[in-house]
Amino acid sequence: MNEKRLIALSGAVIGFLGVLLVYLGNAANYGICVACFIRDIAGGLGLHRAEVVQYLRPEVAGFILGAFLIALFMGEFRARGGSSPLIRFIIGFIVIVGALVFLGCPLRMVLRLAAGDLNALLGLAGFIAGIYLGIFFLRKGFSLGRYHNLSSSNGYVLPVLAVILLILVAVKPAFIFFSESGPGSMYPPIVVSLIAGAIIGLLVQRSRLCMAGGIRDLILIKDPHLFYGTLSLFVLALVGNLAFGYFDLGFVDQPIAHNDGLWNFIGMLVVGLGSILLGGCPLRQIIMGSEGDSDAGITFLGMLTGAAFMHNFGLAASPDGVPQNGQIATVLALIALLAIAFKNVEVGITSKPSKSVASGIKK
Amino acid sequence: MSGDKDKKTVDARGKSCPEPVVLTRKALESFKDQEIEVIIDSPVAKENITRMAKNQGYKIDVEEKDEEFCLKITK
Repeated sequence: MNEKRLIALSGAVIGFLGVLLVYLGNAANYGICVACFIRDIAGGLGLHRAEVVQYLRPEVAGFILGAFLIALFMGEFRARGGSSPLIRFIIGFIVIVGALVFLGCPLRMVLRLAAGDLNALLGLAGFIAGIYLGIFFLRKGFSLGRYHNLSSSNGYVLPVLAVILLILVAVKPAFIFFSESGPGSMYPPIVVSLIAGAIIGLLVQRSRLCMAGGIRDLILIKDPHLFYGTLSLFVLALVGNLAFGYFDLGFVDQPIAHNDGLWNFIGMLVVGLGSILLGGCPLRQIIMGSEGDSDAGITFLGMLTGAAFMHNFGLAASPDGVPQNGQIATVLALIALLAIAFKNVEVGITSKPSKSVASGIKK
Repeated sequence: MSGDKDKKTVDARGKSCPEPVVLTRKALESFKDQEIEVIIDSPVAKENITRMAKNQGYKIDVEEKDEEFCLKITK
């Protein structure tokens, strides 16, 4: 299959699955949300005690195992790491801060839009603004440094964690939390979530679909390739929402959303900028982590930790809006992100074409 | 890396997405009409650079060796 068809097909299947998973049991406009699922996992592990969002979402284990197995099969599994792991952990943490203020990862933002939730438009504007900001730093020479090959055991960590999460959600030991009400209590049978997640993991690994990359490449190199994926995801989710009767156009009373436009914008600005600095959206991080990229694996753990903090300290948004402390946390997160971006700008080649060290270009 | 004066080499091994593309693009802009050789070690970077070079009307030749790719980009 050629690249263009694969990316369009991947977007379409994921967009449709995003709606189908709601039909099969997930909460409204909550078919797929990487940030929310990670937050639910943090809750299921008891890392936060927000009782309505605790469930070890098997979709995430599916993302990881689907991507891991296909990468292994296609010879693309390679354990690597060492590109500013601690900074990536922090950026992962910060991306989740932004996502839980908006209430969704970039993928859920597209799904919310496709269901008529116009608050996501403000999120999209913020996301694009964040991507523009990220591109500014990329053009200045932003880099988190080179990764190196590692022993293969590093690459197995995330898949093993996924298997452990699956065992825990299936066996339901007493120390694992399960929401009794709210979005965390709504889900399809484990096997359905797992299979849907694995299909998504497989497709994203093969097609390289990335919500942040789509817009980034469109602006940075005028290449619409990845954006076709975002577009087909939106269109199929829109068709699905219309077909299932989920489409409801407006700002008010949208499922698991608030209508504070400013914080929807700022939240997704943080997600956009953070995703560009990391080299991909939260879903893409999980997929790369599953291909053996331990830096992306650490980013996943940063996101998990960030989600736990957001709910432990009452910082995350809810349909009532963004708590004041959550607003402060978001601003601090943005400042930290900008500091990281400024500190990691290397000297570009255009000013000194004869130098070869920092730029990676040899004459 | 190369004795050929007209060939410029971009070593983007170990660089994460989208840095290899950004570096290649900068090299293409800085050294017009010269052959650019790009060394990378990720299939994703190979796909991205190939697409970008083709979109901009360049010819691209891909050689795969072990886990690395050597891309030769010419006008």
